[in-house]
Amino acid sequence: MEIQLSETPFDPYALLRDFEREPDHLRAHFGAASLFIGTMRDFNEGEAVESLWLEHYPRMTEHELQRIAQEVQQSAPFKRGLIVHRVGHIVPGETIVLIGTWSCHRAEAITATSRMIEALKHRAPFWKKEQRGTKSHWVESNTSGSGINVASKPVKT
Amino acid sequence: MSIHVRYFASLRETMGRIEERLSPEGIVTVSDVWKVVHQGEAFPDHLLCAVNMAYAKPDSPVQDGDEVAFFPFVTGG
Repeated sequence: MEIQLSETPFDPYALLRDFEREPDHLRAHFGAASLFIGTMRDFNEGEAVESLWLEHYPRMTEHELQRIAQEVQQSAPFKRGLIVHRVGHIVPGETIVLIGTWSCHRAEAITATSRMIEALKHRAPFWKKEQRGTKSHWVESNTSGSGINVASKPVKT
Repeated sequence: MSIHVRYFASLRETMGRIEERLSPEGIVTVSDVWKVVHQGEAFPDHLLCAVNMAYAKPDSPVQDGDEVAFFPFVTGG
């Protein structure tokens, strides 16, 4: 599992292109890739947000992300994985997190990426401080990731 | 040797410091570390703790030389 913490903005698509050029990808044994890209919104709880300060616990963050990847690997085996997460000062529109997994079949990749982002949000030691106008405050909890029923039945037409 | 205590995010601001070092004397658990710093107060439900960069519980053991961290619920991603 490759883990990167970035203090500067990154282009997730350029980063993915570079990652997929690496030798491990040339063996063509991946049948599926699943990606999650989280971007900073310019609003939260009905208020405009100008910027974000993202604090983290150096080294524990990397350790915890590796632990999460190992746990997810048990239930949704993937061949390669990538997590890139911003830290420091972030403005709306910038990517906060990129998670990618590559596997033989789609089910493992989709499940692995989904479990990884949910675990990251609840366990990886990152903290957001929002700047709203002249006031700043620490975000106290993450939004629920269960708002959409991805397993819903097809709609009859 | 000593126990290295670290604080993060809103707790760091409330505490007014990022870290401190405590004598290990009389400290057996994470909860003991909190009590030394907070004049005997119990470890609160709204905070998390870690020992040597792995999540721990208030009754997790702490030894001389350990790094103990206290912080609020995480909000990354």
